[in-house]
Amino acid sequence: MCGIVGLFLKDPGLEPQLGALLSDMLITMTDRGPDSAGIAIYGTVEPGRAKVTVQSADPAVDFAGLEKGLVTAGVSAKVQVKSTHAVIDIPAERLADIRGVLASVRPAVRVMGAGESVEIYKETGLPKDVVARFDVRSMGGTHGIGHTRMATESAVTTLGAHPFSTGADQCLVHNGSLSNHNNLRRELTRVGMTFETQNDSEVAAAYLTAEMAGGKDLGEALTSALDDLDGFFTFVVGTRSGFGVVRDPIACKPAVMAETDQYVAFGSEYRALVNLPGIENARVWEPEPATVYFWDHSQAA
Amino acid sequence: MPTFDLSIQPLRELNQALRNLGAGANDDVFEVVNPRGSHAVAVGIDAPVTVEVKGSVGYYCAGMNDGGAVTVHGSAGPGVAENMMSGTVVIEGDASQYAGATGRGGLLIIKGNAASRCGISMKGIDIVVHGNIGHMSAFMAQSGHLVVCGDAGDALGDSLYEAKLFVRGNVKSLGADCIEKEMRSEHLEALAELLEKAGVTGVKPEEFKRYGSARKLYNFNIDNADAY
Amino acid sequence: MSYHNPHTPPRKSATFDDYTLAEIRRAAATGIYDIRGGGTKRKVPHFDDLLFLGASISRYPLEGYRERCDTSVVLGTRFARKPIELKIPITIAGMSFGALSGNAKEALGRGATAAGTSTTTGDGGMTDEERGHSQTLVYQYLPSRYGMNPKDLRRADAIEVVVGQGAKPGGGGMLLGQKISDRVANMRNLPKGIDQRSACRHPDWTGPDDLEIKILELREITDWEKPIYVKVGGARPYYDTALAVKAGADVVVLDGMQGGTAATQDVFIEHVGMPTLACIRPAVQALQDLGMHRKVQLIVSGGIRSGADVAKALALGADAVAIGTAALVAIGDNDPKWEEEYQKLGTTAGAYDDWHEGKDPAGITTQDPDLMHRLDPVVAGRRLANYLKVMTLEAQTIARACGKNHVHNLEPEDLVALTMEAAAMAQVPLAGTNWYPGKGGF
Repeated sequence: MCGIVGLFLKDPGLEPQLGALLSDMLITMTDRGPDSAGIAIYGTVEPGRAKVTVQSADPAVDFAGLEKGLVTAGVSAKVQVKSTHAVIDIPAERLADIRGVLASVRPAVRVMGAGESVEIYKETGLPKDVVARFDVRSMGGTHGIGHTRMATESAVTTLGAHPFSTGADQCLVHNGSLSNHNNLRRELTRVGMTFETQNDSEVAAAYLTAEMAGGKDLGEALTSALDDLDGFFTFVVGTRSGFGVVRDPIACKPAVMAETDQYVAFGSEYRALVNLPGIENARVWEPEPATVYFWDHSQAA
Repeated sequence: MPTFDLSIQPLRELNQALRNLGAGANDDVFEVVNPRGSHAVAVGIDAPVTVEVKGSVGYYCAGMNDGGAVTVHGSAGPGVAENMMSGTVVIEGDASQYAGATGRGGLLIIKGNAASRCGISMKGIDIVVHGNIGHMSAFMAQSGHLVVCGDAGDALGDSLYEAKLFVRGNVKSLGADCIEKEMRSEHLEALAELLEKAGVTGVKPEEFKRYGSARKLYNFNIDNADAY
Repeated sequence: MSYHNPHTPPRKSATFDDYTLAEIRRAAATGIYDIRGGGTKRKVPHFDDLLFLGASISRYPLEGYRERCDTSVVLGTRFARKPIELKIPITIAGMSFGALSGNAKEALGRGATAAGTSTTTGDGGMTDEERGHSQTLVYQYLPSRYGMNPKDLRRADAIEVVVGQGAKPGGGGMLLGQKISDRVANMRNLPKGIDQRSACRHPDWTGPDDLEIKILELREITDWEKPIYVKVGGARPYYDTALAVKAGADVVVLDGMQGGTAATQDVFIEHVGMPTLACIRPAVQALQDLGMHRKVQLIVSGGIRSGADVAKALALGADAVAIGTAALVAIGDNDPKWEEEYQKLGTTAGAYDDWHEGKDPAGITTQDPDLMHRLDPVVAGRRLANYLKVMTLEAQTIARACGKNHVHNLEPEDLVALTMEAAAMAQVPLAGTNWYPGKGGF
């Protein structure tokens, strides 16, 4: 139960403003979810490098000497600390085992997400505070998604905040309430997925990750989600180069989209979109039920 | 003409002002600027006031309107004119889901498209949509008219009671207990009147098809269980 | 010469007992599931399994009838400009005109007003009679929106947004054709004689984030005067209470599975939802976790029958209770004086639950003019007032015995449980111990 925003830029000229635009969109949705907020930003990809966003309940302790610790453990890492989060720049080939290395070097930190381009920041509190804490406004990028949460059944914690990331460069935000996530979690656990929370939305994220690991692209994974996930949902998902939206067949949870030559934008309400450049002349519509919407930079002409 | 700028004035002041009109008040035309998707704009009107909203609104604009004339020069969020009693609400742009939900009277005109569940549970309201409507529209609609100049989405008129539906374009699918019905002269007359009131031009009543209830769900029968 | 083997006596199955067998045959013969009124009939852990610890040496009791023990309650103190003040913490739950006769609604209004409490409309709107006879009237805002209009919204004293009810959390309703009289049909804008289906979700919002916006609209329409209640069926009381509070409710109404309904499937009434006893502590915990206990008031309903039940609900943390079935019994429902007529309907006084069929011999759950005139609203109203006063006196008696000068000062620690189940659900110790099962989170 929440407010969702998403912005996929087509015009590289807007990329320096991504963080600022997304921040305003998210803050406008504060009423829809006062418990926690989070944002995922897809920045520029540096060839051969990858990023891991980690969070700590005790950043002064956990992040002190983290870079040195990782180097000692054999990872040529650069650590940039932002409040309770840190972004660790690592060689791309270490993406596969970085979670294990971190678990031994700093067992208390939690991985928010990892990949070639994604950075994920989330905390309990209001969007305006979360955005300010991580200086999201100053961030550039190609696309991003944000979420402000009114928790339904699972705990109000940093880990329970959205976006959920269960695979490299993948993340998901959700508005709604799933009704078969417990069975699905057991099934996904059996095939090797791991879960950090009791949150239904994390199950959806892991489901998509598992489907994509099986060879589907994001669009195909979202299509099979329509068969396998029960309940109410509007999902906005990001991948390294892609951006997707899908609503359940009943489609009660609100969703508004806008498209111009410069961007594709998503908001739980139209209010979230009013500050976007050229919104007056944008094509504004509501996504159809049980219909997958999908944009991809790598597939763009 | 009193003007309310919702970027600086609280919503409460606007809605209070709309309801504080004494008998014979002169200032009965209001302008609302910078609504920027605000919710509950001009709700609970109970007098013949005119409200011009310059921009797009959020949820429940003109909710429970009773006698007002509200025009939104922009698009409307979910539940516009919900449970309207009387009066007129005009949306120059598009309307989100639940437009005119449970409306009991008055006229709702949507010049663009309406999303899903347009006219859900309507109870006497007339709704004219210049464009298309989304899925599950007129679900459990009880009475009134829904006129759609464009296309209708899936499951039109599911579990319909006695509301009359007129669609000019394609209907993606009909809901349970909704069927196409004969267009008789009284229907053409009513339709012509609604089209005129709604400022629809260049469209003839004869171009529409009429849909209504098959009335098979009116009394429970286990042989209709698939429809429940 | 032959001899008899010992004979195995006939043995009936506990699983396929006589009632079950009859239900299978009924379903096979009719093709329709059983629809009935009322709440769950099965035995579930209830307030009967709790006892109060009166005062003695470690605690000092108050002198009955002399030393004051207040019963007043104020509902809607969070946002509403005009909170409701009631003399007693017992309200009348929502029951519709349509399900009940006009005379029955009038009787409820008269009785509640005489006792200083509120009554509540139901699915179908507000009638002039019930507004006229109810000093304090709560207007239900339901998925069907039958009879909903802004004038009644403004002449109500509070608004109750109904998300669910204990008899059928997650379900809609069905008022069968027999009870759709001209007046009921007109109020609901339906053809006469058809089954009236009620939706299970509201037509124009879903979920707590939308509910917050709906509540804003209702407050704007009523100038922020009226308390806004949110009523939920007892299913996930911790989360539902927390979300109602986050969505902006002034009052949460929580209805356990013993709470009645005018008509729904028996399978729903008997198999969905939780006993009232099990609902209260999680709801109170949610309020406490949000720092909202006593700021957002909690009304508990479902199987409240006596002052002891009232006192126990309050001790577990409720601010007030609501009664429905008990109020109907007080005004004459299922009265043995109609036994002969109950027999003709194939039932007996005390078991009659086909409220949807409109043949109620007591003239309460019917729209039949001849039957409804059997109920004198003045006499019935007096009976309800008497009953409410007795319950209040009983609750005061218990509160005084526990040394309280206000019934709201009863605490869980004033209670012990007789059974393990009740101890677990109410989170009070098994009598004679300091232990209860299931300590932990939700």
